[in-house]
Order: sequence, then C-alpha cells, then structure tokens
Amino acid sequence: MNKSNTVFFKNAPRILSSAAVCGSKESEGIIGSYADITLADDMFGESTYEKAECKMLSSAISLVIEKSGLKEENIDVLLSGDLLNQIISASFAARDFTFPFLGLYSACSTMSESILLGAALVDGGYVKTAVCATGSHFASAERQYRYPLELGCTRPPQAQWTVTGAGGLLLGRSDKGIRVTCGTMGRVCDFGVTDVNNMGAAMAPAAADTIIRHFRDTQTGPEDFDLILTGDLGALGSRIVKDLTWEKGFDISNNHVDCGEIIYKVIESEFQGGSGAGCSATVLNSYILTKMNAGLYKRVLFAATGALLSTVSSGQGESIPCISHAVRLEV
Amino acid sequence: MTGRTRENYNRNYLNYVKTQDPPTKHLKNCAAAFGVGGLICCIGQFIRYMFMYAGLTGDELAGATSVVLIFIGCFLTGLGVYDRIGRYAGAGSIVPITGFANSVTSPAIEFKTEGWIYGMAAKMFTVAGAIIVFGVFSGVLVGLIYYFI
Repeated sequence: MNKSNTVFFKNAPRILSSAAVCGSKESEGIIGSYADITLADDMFGESTYEKAECKMLSSAISLVIEKSGLKEENIDVLLSGDLLNQIISASFAARDFTFPFLGLYSACSTMSESILLGAALVDGGYVKTAVCATGSHFASAERQYRYPLELGCTRPPQAQWTVTGAGGLLLGRSDKGIRVTCGTMGRVCDFGVTDVNNMGAAMAPAAADTIIRHFRDTQTGPEDFDLILTGDLGALGSRIVKDLTWEKGFDISNNHVDCGEIIYKVIESEFQGGSGAGCSATVLNSYILTKMNAGLYKRVLFAATGALLSTVSSGQGESIPCISHAVRLEV
Repeated sequence: MTGRTRENYNRNYLNYVKTQDPPTKHLKNCAAAFGVGGLICCIGQFIRYMFMYAGLTGDELAGATSVVLIFIGCFLTGLGVYDRIGRYAGAGSIVPITGFANSVTSPAIEFKTEGWIYGMAAKMFTVAGAIIVFGVFSGVLVGLIYYFI
C-alpha cells in the first residue's frame, strides 16, 4: 500500500496565463474584482442556459490565450470538461477553436484533473502548450441534477449553490510564472453517503485521502504549504476534512481554505457555500493565482473534489463515489 | 479493495456526519408554512366571497375560485416570484392549489428550450405527474373505504 500515486514534473511546467468568467451573484463576492469578465445577466446574451455556459467556457479559453500573448495556432491541446451530460459545454466550446480537444469528466474536480494531465503532457514534451479549463452554470446544473428553477421548493440546510462561472489556465514551458511541480492522482472514495444534498460530507473523505497521500508521497506536511485549497466542500465539508486529516495526524486547520466556502459574500441563502466545476475554476484562476503572482502564497496544494454521481445512480439508491486530484503549485 | 460489499460502509463516518449536520429549523419552517399557507387560503376565501356576491353557487363557485388561484400561481411562477415564496414558506406554498400550478408551470418554462412537443408538453408533468398519480390513487382508496363503511 506504500506505492506512490504522485507524479513529479521534473521540468516543472508553468502557468503562462489564466482567466476567469463569473456570474453576477459570484461577482459580489471575493472573486468579483479579480475575474476578467463578470456577467450582468446570467444568460450571457444567449437563448438557453446551456448555451450561456458554453459561451462562458469559450470566453474563458479565448481570454487565456489572449492574455498569454500567444496565437491560437500555438496552442497544442485543450483539456476540458463540465458537469452537463456528455460534457456538451466543453465539446461545444471546443468547436470554436482549431486546436485538438481532450474531453474530461471528473465532476467538480475537473480543474485539478486537467492541470494534472496538462502538466504531464507538457512535462513529457508531448505538447508545448495546453489549455486547461472548466465551468458550470447554476441554472443548467439545477435543471440536470435537481428541480426546475421556478419550482417553489425549499433547500435543505446542507445544500450548496452551483457556481455560475468558468475558468481556465495555460500551461507551457517558460522561465517565469507559477510552476506545477507535482500532482497526486485521486482514488475513488465512497464512504456510503447517499444524501445528494450533502455533497460536502460525501466528498470530504476523497479530499482527505488525496491530501494525506500527497503529504506521505512527498514527505511533506501541512506546515510546508501556505495554502491547502480544496474545491467545493462547503462549510460543512471543510469541517469534516479538517477532522479526517487531523485523525490521521495532519492538522490542516491553519492553512486550509475551501473555494466553495469563500466564494460567496454571504453564505446564508446558499447555506454551505458554492459548488460545481466552476467554483474551484473561478477562485483558482482569479483570486488565488493573482495572489500567488503577487507573492502572497508561495506554495499551494490545490485539491479539487468531485462527486461522481448521476441522477440515475442516486435515483437507484446508490451512494455517492467521490474523487479528488491534487496538484502542487509553487512560485 | 475488490470484493468489498456495498453494505460494508463506514458506519462510524455516517454517524459522525449526522452529528455535524446543521439542524433543520422545524419550528421556524412550520411557522412560515402556517403563515403563508394560511394567507393563500384567506386569499382563496376572499375570491370565493367575491364570486358569491357575483351570484355563483355550488360547483361553479368552486371551479371559478380554483381557476383564479391557479392563474395566480402560474402568473407568479412566470414572474419568478413563486419560487422565492416557496423557498421561504415550504409546505405552506406547496400544498395549496397554487403549488400544484407552480409544479406544472415551472417545468413547462424550464423545458421550453427543448421544443414545444418533446420539451414543454412532454416534460410539463415531471413533477406534477407524481402528484396526479398518488392523488388519484389515494382518492380511489378513500372512496373504497367510504363505500364499505
């Protein structure tokens, strides 16, 4: 069981640029002044929410390329995914571009999985540049996973709010920028939580598992990181992940931050905070990377978590398998 | 790890999660449901009196009142107000007939983008279908009991 699941990137691919697009509700929070585009209207001028999600993702990808100063023909691959069935947002966004596309599905941890794979491709020299991007939209996720938007039903106190937003970054070889030094591949963890409204509790074991394995594989501890960033555990899940890691002898309570917990200004009506693939994507690509470039954080462990369920599996009474991939970002 | 049965879950973890769960505010929810539900019924009663003054009686009176309430429910759903009332009031706005109107109108609005026939019309009853099936079923059951007593 001591086999390492961590991959080390000897050539340390760097983040050349990043961009984030977020919805109006998200723009009131912490990422508002850091996001590149904030939508005044959640439809983004489109006729459906799915088209809006696709356009957000597509805009984020275009912005990433534009900000890096490279041209579209310099991009070798796009690694992307989203929450909708058959990852339509990512595939449909990819048709706007001429470079190849590798579709990923890892639910809300798509951002860290894409960085992990993108870094591996760049590090191995198989591609020169890779765009990693993902996004989600509250209305389209709500329609797919829950009830129609206008249905007058209550939200349980464990519920989270799917983030409307998209984010992306460009990985490549360079001599400046934030380095991706290693990454730990996630294992699917299922502790038997069946409540689809309690994603934080379902995903926390996966996050704890990956974070602990990362510490063991790299001979580090919580004190070696300025920030341990999880994706969308929410307030409840954050408490649980701190407990679970503490139980194994790692106290992350001082430097753990959860994107879902911090994204909204007031997490009263959103209860436990934000969720969705867009949650970690927008927070990482706007706020966190800006602060890292400014030198506030030197070493960040980014472990986004994803719940690998579908409406069919939860309808059939299956529990929620979850995954978390971690990547280490260093200035 | 293979061969691990699905029943072999981490019971301790699930029990631990239960202790961490934020409590549902039953008393507050009940009060909100009582207040808003009562208000909707009062509005219904007011509409009924209005129709009575206009000279309607019996089935006509009940029908006209329901139609007006259903219209109000649909209209508020269309304006995007009813879901906000529902989030606050819970059962208070789900149980009255306006809640039923909301459960039909909301998927109709939502799935309109998938076409008029297979989208709006076919999926209009995704939520209300269950209400209709169990409504009819319990009606039959109660009717049978009533018949034999």
